[in-house]
Amino acid sequence: MQSIYKSLTKIVDEEFVSNQKEELYIYSQDPGMMEPHEPDFVVMPKTTEEVQEIVKLANKEKIPIVPVGGSLSLSGLVIPHQGGIVVDLRRMDQVLEVNEESRYIVFEAGLTTGKLKAYLEKYHPLLRFSIPDAPPSATVVGNIVIHGQGRLTQQYGFNSDMVTGMEVVLPTGEVCKIGSGSVSPYWFSLAPLPDLAGLFLGWFGTTGIITKMGLKLYPKKKLRDIEVFAVEDPNLVPDVIQRVTHTEMSEDIFTGAQPYPPVFKDIIMIGILLTGDSKEELEFKRKMIWDALQCHIDSKEGGFMMMTPDVKQDLLEMPTSSTTRFADVKKGGGFEYCGPIIPVEKFPEAFTRLLEITKKYGITFGNAGRVIGRSHSMMFSFGYPFNRADPENIERTKNALHDTNVASLDIGGVPWKPEVPAQKMIMEKMDKSTLELMQRIKKVLDPNGIMNPGNWEVE
Amino acid sequence: MMYDYADQIHRCFKCGYCKFSNNYTDFNCPSYNRFRFESYSTGGRLWLIWAWSKGEIEWSEHLANIVFSCAACRNCVEQCPMRFNEDIVDWIIGARSDMVEKGLIPASVGEFLDNIHKYGNPWGMPRNERDIWAEGINRYTIDDDNEYLFYVGCVGSYEKQGQQMAKSVADFLRTTGVSFGILGSDEDCDGNEVLFTGEKGLFRELADKNIEKFKELNVKKIITLSPHAYNSMKNKYGGLGEIKVYHYTQVFSEIINSNNIELSDLNIKVTYHDPCFLGRYNSIYEPPREIIKGIPGVELIEMERTRENSFCCGGGSGNFVFDLLGRSSNSPSRIRVREAYETGAELLIVSCPSCYCMLEEAIKTEGLEEKLMIKDISELVIESIKNK
Repeated sequence: MQSIYKSLTKIVDEEFVSNQKEELYIYSQDPGMMEPHEPDFVVMPKTTEEVQEIVKLANKEKIPIVPVGGSLSLSGLVIPHQGGIVVDLRRMDQVLEVNEESRYIVFEAGLTTGKLKAYLEKYHPLLRFSIPDAPPSATVVGNIVIHGQGRLTQQYGFNSDMVTGMEVVLPTGEVCKIGSGSVSPYWFSLAPLPDLAGLFLGWFGTTGIITKMGLKLYPKKKLRDIEVFAVEDPNLVPDVIQRVTHTEMSEDIFTGAQPYPPVFKDIIMIGILLTGDSKEELEFKRKMIWDALQCHIDSKEGGFMMMTPDVKQDLLEMPTSSTTRFADVKKGGGFEYCGPIIPVEKFPEAFTRLLEITKKYGITFGNAGRVIGRSHSMMFSFGYPFNRADPENIERTKNALHDTNVASLDIGGVPWKPEVPAQKMIMEKMDKSTLELMQRIKKVLDPNGIMNPGNWEVE
Repeated sequence: MMYDYADQIHRCFKCGYCKFSNNYTDFNCPSYNRFRFESYSTGGRLWLIWAWSKGEIEWSEHLANIVFSCAACRNCVEQCPMRFNEDIVDWIIGARSDMVEKGLIPASVGEFLDNIHKYGNPWGMPRNERDIWAEGINRYTIDDDNEYLFYVGCVGSYEKQGQQMAKSVADFLRTTGVSFGILGSDEDCDGNEVLFTGEKGLFRELADKNIEKFKELNVKKIITLSPHAYNSMKNKYGGLGEIKVYHYTQVFSEIINSNNIELSDLNIKVTYHDPCFLGRYNSIYEPPREIIKGIPGVELIEMERTRENSFCCGGGSGNFVFDLLGRSSNSPSRIRVREAYETGAELLIVSCPSCYCMLEEAIKTEGLEEKLMIKDISELVIESIKNK
């Protein structure tokens, strides 16, 4: 092991290589509930060449290697289950190009969503990207490789649908460009080439390490506002979503429900965000949305909520810190969630299962959903705060998480960014030929099985 | 219980907000900037402290370095979205206290505390050299009718930059007719850094000693040179009764405004570095700026990270002496002087002797001596008065 350490210090400046207990401890876990496992080394490269050399070393020595971004999936996707080398990519955080005319950006893999937001606001104020609800320390690439969603997901799909190119270090050490950037200096599109990006999206770093990425940027409107439509009956939610998405007037549509404070009990809120370059544009969109939902207001089944400026500001915030604050509602420092991607019409069933599970385990919950595309699907989050200092509470929450994964698959959904046990549930249910194809692809790309082992693995 | 807050520290989610400035332009945590491992972020540090308190990890020199490398700049308090944000620094001090009690601290921190205990200053300098800079400046006595006690502090007494500051503050007070005196070799450490390194017993001893001295001398008002001393006396001592404490910039601002002090044109572009113990700890952002803007010909160009969002020089919590954040181009002081230089300013202005030492050294290390000067506000004011 000492020789590996020495080899790593020849690749990366010694001050960015550690095999000390404290770094191994911190990189053994994420804020979720998965069992920790320590790596043997943590290394922070600065360049693609350094990543390449680290991967070559790991492949030669057959040591596991785990690429890490913000480490905020909460599902333990970067826990080094078999030890090895954790590659923290966050020193690679430069913006390399912004093309205002073709509206794309190229950046390094360790760039955080917070820094990208600040960068665009400062240098390209008319452009934006789809900011997720994760804390600003989440990396953009990390969010994309787990098929994350963000503020523009209702308009343009998963954040991974916005990728225009990549640079990837393959498990065998080759550096590969994906998309138009492989044949042109411009990273504007994956099409019309064969879509090789799919070999790296949703694979949780088991097929290679993304070192650079091209991403679509979108027009940034001057004004934003929000309306919140409230209903008590979960069966109405799909219809509300249908009606609002039909108008094509909203920026983002999310759902939210929680039992506390009591004023929110039994209410499902549907947040509808609006943007415009003028008050007239904003008011026009608002009117279209109000008109679309007038039938539910007339039937007294739903209505728009009044909001104080503070609440409104909270809901408009990007990234939204209220998501993070959920971890402290029980003063326990943790929350875990399963956020399956489900057909929109399955919202009522998912909601019912959520209430059943929380009742069974005596735990509280927060539900947050986000519409993906024009009602093409939605993420439905079963969120459970837990107390990190209370093992019994953790155990109950773990059991609830297990039941939630089962329920998600039962209703026809697929758990999003699934932790290893949920990955196994998915693979058990998966079409056998599909599963075999996945394993075959993995074997071809990573013959020595060094990349983030434990994930997407059939035992 | 091993230390205060042991039943609360698990509440940190390690979300990482604490690393940033408020608009996310950059990482704003000094130790995370310096080392970049997650272990050196506030969240990482809190998780390690919790792990140590539970016995999941054992104490090590490396763990102690991580815990003591926090400059206690309060950026994390400012940025953390949780309701416990105000407690974060106290949790870290709690862990340090526990390490101090067990004698499990980095050697350099031990030497720092030992020197203060024995000699009243962190370098182990002779007490009788405390006023070596103060030729011609009166001692504060009970018999004289002085308006202010000018509390100079350790950096002001022994470090070259601090002495320059102390001289110009004294010069200004004399020039503007303010009566004051110093304690000279009778002065003791203010104890702010002692408290922040977790030596609560020694801090109480120093605080009580200083309070007793002030009361014996019938002190009514204190001017501190250092924001660190200002913070400890104003917020941590307790027991000062009617004695009022001011940072010198507050007094300067008041005197300049009320006395119509005539200042000459200096024709210079400057930028200003907010010290943590003046800014984030005490919300004193305007008086220094009012003084700077009041000097004719001085153009103040703010750095990207300023006021509540300021980036610490890395000297807080005793690091201006034991410097666990030094020896790297990523050292906070070096990052900060690069940021100051990028504004296009010719002069970096400070109002804290610790920041002065840290940043002047960084300017030299960065090779910016010919491009970026550094001065304290008092020096700038005196220059302006003397040019008249």
